[in-house]
Amino acid sequence: MAFAFCVLFLQGCAGWQSALDPKGPAAGELAWLIWFFTALCAVVWALVMIALAAPLVMRSRSGDEPLLLDEAAERGKMRVVVSAVGVTTIILIGLTLLSFFANRTLAAIGSEAALTIRVTGHQWWWEVRYEDATPSRILTTANEIHIPAGEPVRLLLTSTDVIHSFWIPSLAGKLDLIPGHMNVLDIKADKPGVYRGQCAEFCGAQHANMGTFIIAEPRPKFDAWLNDQLQPAGAPASGEAKVGADLFLKRPCVMCHRIGGTPAGGTVAPDLTHIASRQTLAAGTLTMSRGNLAAWIADPQGIKPGSHMPVVELSGDELNAVVAYLEGLK
Amino acid sequence: MSSADLTSQRDLPPERKVSAKGDIAPEHDGPRDTGMDDAGLHRWLERTWRTPSGIVGALSSVDHKVIARRYLITAFVFLGLGGLNAVVMRIQLSGPQRGLIGPDLYNQLFTMHGVTMMFLFAVPIVQATGIYLVPLMVGTRNIAFPRLNAFSYWVYVSGGAFAWVSFALNMAPDVGWFAYVPLSGPEFAPGKRADVWAQMITYTEVSSLAVAVATIVTVFKQRAPGMSLDKIPLYVWAMLVTSFVVVFAMPAVMITSTFLILDRLVGTHIFNPAEGGDALLFQHLFWFFGHPEVYIIFLPATGMVSSIIPVFARRPTFGHLGLVLSLIAVGFLSFGLWVHHMFATGLPKLGASFFTASSMMIAIPNGVQIFCWLATLWDGRPVIRTPLLFVFGFFFIFVIGGLTGVMLASVPLDLQVHDTYFVVAHFHYVLIGGSVFPLLGAAYFWFPKVTGRMMSERLGRWHFWLAFIGFNAAFFPMHLVGLWGMPRRVYTYPAELGWGNINLFISAGALLFFLSFVLFTFNLVHGALKGTSAGNNPWDAGTLEWATSSPPPSYNFARIPIVTHIEPLWAEREALPVATGLRVDARELLISTVAEAHPDIREKSAAPSIWPLLAALAVGGTFLYSIFTPWAIVWGAAPIAITLIGWFWPKGDPEDEE
Amino acid sequence: MKQRAAADLSGLPTFGHGPRSPTWWGTLGFMALEGTGFALAAGAYLYLAQSWPDWPLSAPRPNHWPGTIVTILFIVSLVPNHILHRYAKQCSMVPVRIGLMVMSLLGIAPLVVRWFEFPALNIYWDTNAYGSMLWVLLGLHTTHLITDVGDTIVLTVLMFTRHGYSGRRFGDVGDNVFYWDFVVLTWIPIYLLIYWVPRLG
Repeated sequence: MAFAFCVLFLQGCAGWQSALDPKGPAAGELAWLIWFFTALCAVVWALVMIALAAPLVMRSRSGDEPLLLDEAAERGKMRVVVSAVGVTTIILIGLTLLSFFANRTLAAIGSEAALTIRVTGHQWWWEVRYEDATPSRILTTANEIHIPAGEPVRLLLTSTDVIHSFWIPSLAGKLDLIPGHMNVLDIKADKPGVYRGQCAEFCGAQHANMGTFIIAEPRPKFDAWLNDQLQPAGAPASGEAKVGADLFLKRPCVMCHRIGGTPAGGTVAPDLTHIASRQTLAAGTLTMSRGNLAAWIADPQGIKPGSHMPVVELSGDELNAVVAYLEGLK
Repeated sequence: MSSADLTSQRDLPPERKVSAKGDIAPEHDGPRDTGMDDAGLHRWLERTWRTPSGIVGALSSVDHKVIARRYLITAFVFLGLGGLNAVVMRIQLSGPQRGLIGPDLYNQLFTMHGVTMMFLFAVPIVQATGIYLVPLMVGTRNIAFPRLNAFSYWVYVSGGAFAWVSFALNMAPDVGWFAYVPLSGPEFAPGKRADVWAQMITYTEVSSLAVAVATIVTVFKQRAPGMSLDKIPLYVWAMLVTSFVVVFAMPAVMITSTFLILDRLVGTHIFNPAEGGDALLFQHLFWFFGHPEVYIIFLPATGMVSSIIPVFARRPTFGHLGLVLSLIAVGFLSFGLWVHHMFATGLPKLGASFFTASSMMIAIPNGVQIFCWLATLWDGRPVIRTPLLFVFGFFFIFVIGGLTGVMLASVPLDLQVHDTYFVVAHFHYVLIGGSVFPLLGAAYFWFPKVTGRMMSERLGRWHFWLAFIGFNAAFFPMHLVGLWGMPRRVYTYPAELGWGNINLFISAGALLFFLSFVLFTFNLVHGALKGTSAGNNPWDAGTLEWATSSPPPSYNFARIPIVTHIEPLWAEREALPVATGLRVDARELLISTVAEAHPDIREKSAAPSIWPLLAALAVGGTFLYSIFTPWAIVWGAAPIAITLIGWFWPKGDPEDEE
Repeated sequence: MKQRAAADLSGLPTFGHGPRSPTWWGTLGFMALEGTGFALAAGAYLYLAQSWPDWPLSAPRPNHWPGTIVTILFIVSLVPNHILHRYAKQCSMVPVRIGLMVMSLLGIAPLVVRWFEFPALNIYWDTNAYGSMLWVLLGLHTTHLITDVGDTIVLTVLMFTRHGYSGRRFGDVGDNVFYWDFVVLTWIPIYLLIYWVPRLG
């Protein structure tokens, strides 16, 4: 049965968000561990099944006196059972040690991390802050985390509302974001690429749509990205975008969102300074496009029911203007 | 009716001079069973022990078999409802981005599924089986504290109804069956949904605690003469150990849910990190209950397996002592592993490693049980009947669940699979494989005892294969989809992750599994109405419940059996030794000593009473009201006190007198 | 199945005291589960106390005197409690009635002082988690105290009726004595935790 599943479904496995398709040293170590445990467990299971099937091919027990037992056979069985328990114990001790050493290997990965990123969970998006000793070099963005490929990165995980869990299966195991606690997760991506993950601890209505991405890039490209992101938002490029910018500041949008270089300074919702440079909208719910931006602003409760993004009444022209403005925030 | 109608004069024991020490009224002695003929004895005992007629009579019943039947049927109804929850969820998940139901309903559905299956199906049904079987297996006439037992049922059924009425009113909890704070706390769960969770848990756990105490005392003090510790059947041992686990685990969940309702209702800050509380405290308290909970559900099932295997292998269980010691070891160890549910919370590494070791070690006593059962089966080709088929299914499925459990015990490995569909697969393999399959086997095995009729063997085989294939088709692929990154508790998923096909397959399997229960229900009803007559002991089994008629009379045994062997009916094929000398005009039963089961006291068992129902209503009303105001405790105190006094105040029955 | 009579139970007594009686074991079972509840609540207090370096969160110290008076009353009550136990085992009615009346009064007395214990905590349940835990611990024990005192009073009344002349009722008195010991015993660690642990830190 297991074999049939592998044949049926494994080719359909994209590996974009799979623990079995590791793209970093931590996930690699874990994938190896998963396969090793699985193989060993499969052998143990097969042996138990053989032992279970064995009496089916035996002859029926002679006589009808259930209390009449063969003493020698009973002693033999006792020896078999005791040895089986002994082997079980040895296997379990081995697996315990293996798991202990794997844990040590994982702990060593982030020992020399140069980059520290604070990830704060919110219902239902991720606040991402690149820590820096210089306050002007601190960058706040949302949902998508750019990292330099091949370098260990330290993530500081916490939450301001409920418990979330940060999990990028192809890079590392998950770790919870807990209000009042700070957890440390070290990750490393071997190669450039986009690695998807999503919240793994049930966190309310939109737990299912709380995606995140790690975007690993070569160091120069990452540095360039970081510098771009540190710039304030560009001025509106067209007349329509100018109208949109004014609308954004006059309407409730500013209560929650921040756009660097403008009076919009809300911090309860994602920072929009460079929103158009991101690949997705609403924590991985929609791909970034003009149409999706308009759809999200016009009907957030239809796309992500229960989300804290309210419906802001805008006419068709107003909506187009706001979208034109946001679309320019590269 | 005078006593002369029931028995001849010579059956009455001679008048005794009662030498009461102290200020005790002399005993009102009555007729004894000594020397009575079987028909006369039956008439006396039936008149004394029967459940009164009429609606009030039925509601007053304290017969453990009547209560257990109600419990079993109620738990089965909740299984059906929880199963329907699952079917709706599987339809929603059968493809990416399906819009059948939104997150608001979906989150209530999976919470109700978990709450129903854990608190309203699994624990009650294993306890109910124990309520029915333990008094019969230890050879007594009723469970200890029969009114408390009746009270438990009323609490359970009203607590379950409360949860499901809330669901019908769109007020069901939507925070998951373990309702982590702060998601379930006052700030992030406005409305009454989380209050329903908290109060329903506290309330219904009162019932399982009460049953646990009654079971322990029944096993300790009411065993038939001669049933010393080494002759207690394995099923009874399993229920004893389970009851101890309940006594020490359930208070933890009641403390957790009480703390939660206090935070929500009166503004305490126990779980609020902003005011000196802590969210992880909730998880520690909850899982201190939550892990033993798994064994509360699993251990009784091992007792069922230990009852079924020797009967169809036609020999006593191999390694009886090893099995007993394993049960006790599992009971103890179950309290030492709760942290493995919290590896992803970022606990200190050394502490986590300790819990890896303890979680691995519990596999050893479980291994001992598996090996002993296999060794019991090795004597030759067993008699293959439906109960044994389900036991084979149990081995196939539960061993997979146990082995994936070993995987979850490893801290690093757990971090990849925790809170994914891998874990969903794992605990369904453990709980359905480890408990539901043995329960289904037990249903076929003991159905003849409960109803006096056999279930259809042909339908039973169909049922088994449908359940077996449906279960594995539904749950095996979940391991894979979990490793592919699918978290649990998502109401939908994007198409580009490629989980669509496999989820469709899972949903088809789930539907098949659900259908197997429809077939099972048909087989139950068909068996109860049309099944062939079973006789006292259709399987030629060896334990005491098969020594009496099927279904057993209200008084269980006309005369209390004397136990000489672990399988007394196999050892005493000629004639069962019995004890005489009990009164037949009052509910008298035998109290024996804890270790050796020497006869010690003839004690009266409580007579039927309506007060347990009234007390349950008073307590239930108080809990319901407390969702809205803390003053409920003050207003509820008076009716609770009145009903409890009514319950315990003597009514002048023969049972109250000495 | 055929039967053969192999033992005669007719001479057995109809009640027993202490561990011979199922009620005693039932009482013990409820003590075990309630004790687990107390232990977990105390554990929750200690968990929070070690999680926060500034525990007890700069709250004022509680005034221990009402609590200390309750403790003294409890310890004193153990003497008549055990005298009552002796008479209950002898099934002698008059001393048992007197003992039960004394124990009812000795149950009500700490309940009266308990009324003054709550304000003496010098903090409300909704001030912070420290205050919440104090109220929870004290509230949990008070619930126990109230139920046991209620039980004692009902039993006292019962022993003045004709139903009192029964071995089982005297057994119930013995179990009531047993349970009162438990109420006193659980109070000691809670007393220390509420009034003296904050003074250590």
